[in-house]
Amino acid sequence: MPVKVMIPTPLRPYAGKRDSAEFQAKTVGEALGHLTTEFAELRKHLFTEEGKLRSFVNVYVNDEDIRYLAKENTPTKDGDTISIIPSIAGGCN
Amino acid sequence: MADESTLWISGHLAEKIRAHGAETYPHECCGALLGRDSGVVGETDPEKVAATPQREILGLFPLVNRREDSPRNRFSVTSDDVLAAEKEARAHGVDVVGWYHSHPDHPARPSEYDRDHAWPWYSYIIVSVQNGAPQEMTSWRLNDDRQEFSPEGIEIRHRAAV
Repeated sequence: MPVKVMIPTPLRPYAGKRDSAEFQAKTVGEALGHLTTEFAELRKHLFTEEGKLRSFVNVYVNDEDIRYLAKENTPTKDGDTISIIPSIAGGCN
Repeated sequence: MADESTLWISGHLAEKIRAHGAETYPHECCGALLGRDSGVVGETDPEKVAATPQREILGLFPLVNRREDSPRNRFSVTSDDVLAAEKEARAHGVDVVGWYHSHPDHPARPSEYDRDHAWPWYSYIIVSVQNGAPQEMTSWRLNDDRQEFSPEGIEIRHRAAV
């Protein structure tokens, strides 16, 4: 069973309306790379122009935030679930 | 050029957003918009289009602004808050379709900060609160290229019960 990437609602229109996708991947970064290769329009919403995950994109491996693990180098194995959870921010100036 | 999308919201819910902005003034308020999209996009029958909203707000999930360091000009909804809003939406058979927040003593127009932090697909309702009194309320959706928001029409009404 490969790694499953759960796609949040606001990004599903850019992923063929799918709520998940599965890939063979050894790290979170590899899985997100496959995701944005298959669904290229997702890239700009997940990553800055410098290739960093946007600050409001939260990524979990089996409910653990990758910020507290090895970030995009967090290892993944078959059967793991990667969840992309938005946080929301804004302000008047 | 795409036609402007339209959001339906009842007068009652619109007033609740405005009241939340007044309650938290001079700080920004925030909350989730619960509702659903219809299949009217692409429909050409004008009667069907007029009778069915593209997106309808059916409930709100008010949240606490987590930006305790700068609540007068910033709001923040954590991923835990997002998950709580989604759980509430599911419990009522609807979706989280967007977010609302207030602009204390600023216009109801998205800022560059709003744009930089926005997600596509969501509706972003902004209510301007001037000297504690809610004023204009607008809605916006981020363009696919992330370069700007497009305005979204707000219709204050709700469908009759069937």
